[in-house]
Amino acid sequence: MLESVLLMVFAMIGVSLMLNLWRLIVGPSVPDRILALDTMYINTIALIILYGIGMQTQIYFEAALLIAMLGFVSTVAVCKYLLRGDIIE
Amino acid sequence: MRLQARYKWLPTPFRSILLFAVWLLLNNSVSAGHLILGAVLAIVIPLVIAPFRTAQPLILRPGLATKQLFIVLWDIITANVEVAFKILGPTKRLRPGFIKVPLDLEHELPITMLASTVSLTPGTVSAEVYPIPESLPKGEVPTQRFLLIHVLDLDDEQALIETIKRRYEAPLKEIFQC
Amino acid sequence: MTEWLISALLIVGGLFILIGSIGLVKMPDFFMRLHGPTKATTLGMALLLIAANVFFSVENGVINIKEILISIFLLITAPITGYMLIKSAIHHELKAKDGTKGMDNIEDD
Repeated sequence: MLESVLLMVFAMIGVSLMLNLWRLIVGPSVPDRILALDTMYINTIALIILYGIGMQTQIYFEAALLIAMLGFVSTVAVCKYLLRGDIIE
Repeated sequence: MRLQARYKWLPTPFRSILLFAVWLLLNNSVSAGHLILGAVLAIVIPLVIAPFRTAQPLILRPGLATKQLFIVLWDIITANVEVAFKILGPTKRLRPGFIKVPLDLEHELPITMLASTVSLTPGTVSAEVYPIPESLPKGEVPTQRFLLIHVLDLDDEQALIETIKRRYEAPLKEIFQC
Repeated sequence: MTEWLISALLIVGGLFILIGSIGLVKMPDFFMRLHGPTKATTLGMALLLIAANVFFSVENGVINIKEILISIFLLITAPITGYMLIKSAIHHELKAKDGTKGMDNIEDD
């Protein structure tokens, strides 16, 4: 049963990634695109965790943690750039 | 409110506990070696970074803080279900709006915690704290601060301000004793 | 029994993530779009990670709660990203939907 449920959840997250991609392409403003990217990396973490459950291995946990950290830092850095035109003052 | 911790060798007790817990979670074990290594890291890292940080108020009421944490977690769950239905429902019926909440808190850490709580709970995202420090003349301390909040579905402005102040701000004031 | 629990957590979590993305696409202006990803997606991730915890605990036979670390991290960082995004949106003077109340509460920076 778990296999079919996993496939279903994979499909849900795939659809939400497509929706995010649509927002990323359409825009219309720069903060919209950053928001779409931010949501995309969170969805990617979900995909990695699901793949880990499917393969019954915990080896991808560190990768997911790293994506979470780098995604947060990059989002904040781009926002800071939009606000001030400079990242580190 | 207290800025200095009781013991010199433990400048930030809460952060030490957090580091200890994160170390144990990362290694996913409670063996003696990891307990000792985690304790050493939890004491040494705050001491090393102590010169770089500005003094922030300490949590003086840990019991109340724990209780508040669970209240906020419960609110996050109910808020998410509520927001999910609002997102799936007709968009035309939503009444978005900006509101301004006068703050009683003064220090940065409690205000940050209040803003984060507001962002995670019912249909609200905190947007800005007024007055912006850069716009003030140098060295001047603002007398009254405001928190600007964007609300997804604004029904009664006064009631919402009242709820935020009673449910989230008053416990924070009590926890930090300021 | 645990399989049912894991399946329920996975499906509800996936639904929340999907709802967050639907909100991102459906809402008319930026400030309303922000509500979906900051709230729904965070809770969806928390549920998925709890499901992973339960699965690996049963699979390996030892209690395993290290995935909760990611969800704590997301719970702490989601309001910060939301705050930075809405701050830059206000700075760029993005148009809010017509009929948004309290626009005069926004001050110039």
